[in-house]
Amino acid sequence: MSVTSGVSADDKAEQDKAAPPPRNRGSSLRKGEGKLGLYLITPTIVLLAVVIGYPVVKAIVMSFQKDPGLDKATGMFVSGGNAGFSNYTHWILQRCGTVSCPPGTLGAEFWDSVGTTFFFTATTVVIEVILGMWMALVMNRAFRGRGLLRASVLVPWAIPTAITAKLWYFIFAYDGIANRVLHTHILWTGDQWASRFAIIIADVWKTTPFIALLILAGLQVIPADTYEAAVVDGANAWQRFTQVTLPLVRPALMVAILFRVLDALRIYDLPAILTGGGGGTGHATTTLSILVVEQIRGGFNSAAALSTLTFLLIFLVAFIFVRFLGAHVVQTQQRQQKGTI
Amino acid sequence: MASTTAVGGRGGVASAAERPAIRRRRRFTFGSVRSYIGIAVIVIFCLAPFYWMVVTAFRQVGYTFDTTPWPTHVTLDNFRTAFSTSLGNHFGRALVNSAIIGVSTTILAVAVGCFAAYAIARLDFRGKYLVLGVVLGASMFPGVALLTPLFQLFTSIHWIGGYQALIIPDISFALPLTVYTLTAFFAEMPWELEEAAVVDGCTPGQAFRKVILPLAAPGLFTTAILAFISSWNEFLLASELSSDKTQPVTVAIAQFTGSQPHQEPYTAVMAAGTIVTVPLVAMVLLLQRRIVAGLTAGGVKG
Repeated sequence: MSVTSGVSADDKAEQDKAAPPPRNRGSSLRKGEGKLGLYLITPTIVLLAVVIGYPVVKAIVMSFQKDPGLDKATGMFVSGGNAGFSNYTHWILQRCGTVSCPPGTLGAEFWDSVGTTFFFTATTVVIEVILGMWMALVMNRAFRGRGLLRASVLVPWAIPTAITAKLWYFIFAYDGIANRVLHTHILWTGDQWASRFAIIIADVWKTTPFIALLILAGLQVIPADTYEAAVVDGANAWQRFTQVTLPLVRPALMVAILFRVLDALRIYDLPAILTGGGGGTGHATTTLSILVVEQIRGGFNSAAALSTLTFLLIFLVAFIFVRFLGAHVVQTQQRQQKGTI
Repeated sequence: MASTTAVGGRGGVASAAERPAIRRRRRFTFGSVRSYIGIAVIVIFCLAPFYWMVVTAFRQVGYTFDTTPWPTHVTLDNFRTAFSTSLGNHFGRALVNSAIIGVSTTILAVAVGCFAAYAIARLDFRGKYLVLGVVLGASMFPGVALLTPLFQLFTSIHWIGGYQALIIPDISFALPLTVYTLTAFFAEMPWELEEAAVVDGCTPGQAFRKVILPLAAPGLFTTAILAFISSWNEFLLASELSSDKTQPVTVAIAQFTGSQPHQEPYTAVMAAGTIVTVPLVAMVLLLQRRIVAGLTAGGVKG
């Protein structure tokens, strides 16, 4: 790998790119590799900075500015200016100007939609993880029919959520198959709790198979002799599950749960289409993402404050997961990459 | 433990074949019956709603709420209705839009992301895990936090109604997905390949072009499909950042209107949904093993 003189920079880059992993190499080559690594990741980092970094910073800047409109205190038209934290207090303390927001306005809905979002997240993730764990165990045991299982499990995942929402909207129609089969007359997309359950059911159908696949990847890393040893030691099926399977699958499980929780916290497509955003009383299924979209046309800066709050909330949840619940995303993924999959 | 892991790799087929036949025969009792029931339940759970969509898509409008579980009153009218523009729906155009947005996003994401993935998987440099962390963090980023600033920006520079207003935001999730999945594929390739090629007289550059890239092609292809699906399925950003002319299928189907106001054209919507979904499902089924590998390696988005 010694570099002869007169080699162009590009060739050198090519040489280093194809070089074997650094084991016993000199520091000079390592340095070259480091430089090449930086060159190669730069376009990705720049692009991410443009499509994610810039909007985030801009949203924070916007959130401290006043939306043009009538000032509720003075009745005068204001075209903008510094808002301080008023956009944030508008949502958190539900203040509209100097008074608290009247019921029915978006400002009064913030904590309700936080509650709705967390309710959806908690229920869907719990159901999906339990059901997904069962599915993964069945798939892991199945000798025949694995191909069929894998194929069918991929179908709900491949269907766009917007189409899924329309599909369940049809299933949950008043004259639809759900009411016919159950012999009920439930207003699935109109009633307060029924519309919430409609969304949970649709989400469970769409996402459980995906969770099952992630858990299955974790299960397949567990060597068979661990189970055989447990059997020899006299462990029954339940003990094998709680003492062998669960601890060993825990890293993969935690990562699956983390991904799922973060995904559920930004839920939009299903409630927006299946229950038209509101459902029931008009905001029974209004999640944070829906509230942001509804606010956009009522003032960018206020919407920016709301979306920043949403982002901070999701970030906080992710932080808690990684810091306190041991969802070691990077390590687990890397271990899995070296394992089966 | 490490050796077992390596042998048992590549999904089910290998590990199923490994198990001794005796054990399989012995288990052909209560356990296997339970296993088959489990398989049946999962297959029905996953396929029944999809099956219902396809059946309804081929059913005459007058029999929309017929509950016969097999196809009856079969017709192709719903597909004609779905594509007809007389009711103000532009499903055909939306299909083209989705294809344009999906293909552009995919090409851009893979072209940029493959270099970063190669660097993360095969090179040693400082800050590598930070980059990986940033990419993972980006992939979990809530799309709604991008929406407000982008909507305001694109409105003020008159980009709403252009494809770029839809492609650029899609990069925010397609690129992290690409980098992550590709990193997994590159990391899987044996190091000896590059060394052997160099020993055989290739320059390292040739080794990369003639050995690494062709071998990574299936991985690149799988990643491209995952990126395309994620972009094809996107709804939130597209619903606000598209105009009537650029709206993708997800938005078009969500806003489908029937001949009468307040009357949902269920069968036509199911027909449109079938058109959007069946090619996707067919593609996924053909490449299922690779897609599962890509999903579980980089699996970030559902």
